[in-house]
Amino acid sequence: MNKTMMRVVGVILVIATFLLISECAKKEKPILGSGDAASAVYVAPGDYDEFYAFTSGGFSGQLGVYGLPSGRLFKEIPVFSVDPENGYGFNEETKDMLKTSFGHIPWDDSHHPELSQTDGVTDGRWIFINGNNTPRVARIDLKNFETAEIIEIPNSGGNHGSPFITQNSEYVVASTRFSVPIPQADVPIDTYKENFHGTLTFIKVNPDDGHMNIEFQILVPGYDYDLASGGKGPSHGWSFFTSYNTEQANTLLEVNASKNDKDFIAAVNWKLAEKYLAEGKGKTRPGEHYVNRMNHKTHSADSKLNKTVTVLDPAECPGLIYYLPTPKSPHGVDVDPSGEYIVGGGKLAAVVSVHSFSKMLKAIEDEKFIGDAGGIPVLDYDATIAGEVTNVGLGPLHTEFDGKGYAYTSAFITSEVVKWKLGTWEVVDRIPTYYSLGHLMIPGGGSMKPWGKYLVGLNKMTKDRYLSTGPELAHAAQLIDISGEKMKLLLDFPTVGEPHYAQGIPADLVHPNTTKIYELEENEHPYRALSEKEARVERDGNIVHVYMTTIRTHFKPDNIEGIKVGDVVYFHITNLEQDWDIPHGFAVQGARNSELLVMPGATNTLRWEPNKVGVFPFYCTDFCSALHQEMQGYVRVSPKGSKVPLSFN
Amino acid sequence: MNKKSRWILAAGALLLIGTYIFPLWSITVEAPQYPEGLGIYIRINTVDGHAKNDLKNLNLVNHYIGMQEIVPESIPELKFMPPIVGFLIVSGLLVAWKGGKKSLYAWLAFFSLLAVAGLIDFYLWNYDFGHNLDTENAAIQIEGMTYQPPLFGTKTMLNFITTSLPTWGGISAFASIFMGYLAAFLSWRDKQVQ
Repeated sequence: MNKTMMRVVGVILVIATFLLISECAKKEKPILGSGDAASAVYVAPGDYDEFYAFTSGGFSGQLGVYGLPSGRLFKEIPVFSVDPENGYGFNEETKDMLKTSFGHIPWDDSHHPELSQTDGVTDGRWIFINGNNTPRVARIDLKNFETAEIIEIPNSGGNHGSPFITQNSEYVVASTRFSVPIPQADVPIDTYKENFHGTLTFIKVNPDDGHMNIEFQILVPGYDYDLASGGKGPSHGWSFFTSYNTEQANTLLEVNASKNDKDFIAAVNWKLAEKYLAEGKGKTRPGEHYVNRMNHKTHSADSKLNKTVTVLDPAECPGLIYYLPTPKSPHGVDVDPSGEYIVGGGKLAAVVSVHSFSKMLKAIEDEKFIGDAGGIPVLDYDATIAGEVTNVGLGPLHTEFDGKGYAYTSAFITSEVVKWKLGTWEVVDRIPTYYSLGHLMIPGGGSMKPWGKYLVGLNKMTKDRYLSTGPELAHAAQLIDISGEKMKLLLDFPTVGEPHYAQGIPADLVHPNTTKIYELEENEHPYRALSEKEARVERDGNIVHVYMTTIRTHFKPDNIEGIKVGDVVYFHITNLEQDWDIPHGFAVQGARNSELLVMPGATNTLRWEPNKVGVFPFYCTDFCSALHQEMQGYVRVSPKGSKVPLSFN
Repeated sequence: MNKKSRWILAAGALLLIGTYIFPLWSITVEAPQYPEGLGIYIRINTVDGHAKNDLKNLNLVNHYIGMQEIVPESIPELKFMPPIVGFLIVSGLLVAWKGGKKSLYAWLAFFSLLAVAGLIDFYLWNYDFGHNLDTENAAIQIEGMTYQPPLFGTKTMLNFITTSLPTWGGISAFASIFMGYLAAFLSWRDKQVQ
């Protein structure tokens, strides 16, 4: 071999070695979600998931229902937004669910689902969710996965810190993210400091039927109240609310509300509030708000307007509320399962501050106040703080707990979950998320009994995680195994809307109790037709009521004549089926609202105002049987003033 | 009749009370879209579903292939059966009390005849339901296909697997008739021994 050859061989060897090394380096790069992760999230066909996960829809206004660990989407429950897919908010029965003192609001921004609890444990009866934009709280019944009730929150702007619950579901709370004039008034915006206030609202939940009523509101200084958490165990009887903008800026809050080193967590002694109420300290104040409840017998919403609310003024109720200074524009506040630690996520800080409930009580007793804010005593930070978690990432927002002594905090800016130990405050593990993690959720992780097996990270940005869908992308959720010492990423799945917070619950607490059908004999809808014999068409002036039935596989009647342009036709569709998973749909040409999807045993009504002469088909939209395509009918529309008599078959 | 036979006969007659309490027969159908199954019970005086709406849903499913609707009120046997079985119980007890051998044989003959007639009748009903199809209006008609459920056992028809078996009421009737024969046999053997 001559020298040139040797050089060539040498160069080839060097290149080959380099390629080999770089190939190895590539292989060493951790492949996320690899290894046994696939089998850990695999739920075999026909098998059930271990947990339900409920994710808020954010700007979709709805509530998503997923299975964990598979990440499969089961349902999107319409809550604050109309849903033409099944007629929610469009049909005559449910449109009043969206009634507010502003009128019919077809949309909202739903952020935080919260499961009902008994003795601090999620019980699977109801799930509550807030409407942020036009302040409301909804209750969804987990028997039928339908919105059962929506209550409007008066004297509020931006119901963000809501609907966090107390340990026996005594109350769900609501707090104003945007302070506003209370009562509303026509004032210059720059009179914010003198004219704007916030309210903390306590909505009483009837333990038997879940009915919500505003028990009282507390008038508080005009800050932005952000999130909340119910006390538990020793701190049961207290609720905690974060605030920012204690600067009380009314413009460019990005800068002007980020000046103070510390803002406040408001600690509210609601048991004392009950005492003050009993003593008559509550004042009746204007507070127009609707309460809309589904009546499960009439399958219709009953809507009630309340004109007033009872308001407590902290100035007249000493001991009702204390401020705990917390760095820096704190976002989430989360009470640990023991009820002792109150964890504040310093959104603009790199630290999580943990207050001690027992130290707080001691500080109150010892009057360790550093002053007051709007008449509310401000406690000394050093007197209440139990510890600070440093190195927790940038932008710590929310914390959930695993019930095994660890806390998990989401860091928005550094896109990671940080695991730390309660008591020692040391960070023990961290795992990246993709990207910009907001809330995180452990089933039961905000209650006294977390099921500390999985954690779901709810991210604000997706970017390159999935196949692109153009400028608007799905949000991403990441399922993380937290059963071991080290967190392990298992699954990454897209979500509908923008999930802010989520809730999780073992499937066993919900799945066996679900409704399969509505009993026909319990149907008390005023326009029901419980058999084909009762199917008919009646005219009253220009109002036409069609009492129509559906059963596999026909409508009764399916030929209607004598309808005229200018009539208002109500199709009252009773689904006579009593079999699980046999809804029938109803759609008629030219309906300017939606279709109906009628569950077995229920009656739903579509209002139809025909504006053209002709013969128009209607048909079933839900593939119900082998003869679904035959499930159709016609309605003949004659000109206004026509003599065609009303008839049907 | 010896004492033992009389007691056995009395017990057998009383066993028939079970036919008033429990269904006689059960017919279950399973299909891919009915993983939980649909089933009906044939009782002494009516036909009803395993679950509340099963009969209604079975009738709904059957209407696609033109089967007649099962309307318990229109089946006359369901009206005759309770008094006939009542007569069997009372007369059985009476025979056991009196101890007459001839009356025992008469009782057994009547019961046996009734049992055979009942099974034949049940078969004929099944035959009628399975064969007498509404060929004018049935949406699904398959050349040569009939839908008679089996008397005993399992049969696959289209997408449905049909299982027909006696249940506690039917079993108690079989046990009752068996005890009647046992009483006759013991009493006969007793006499041979003597």
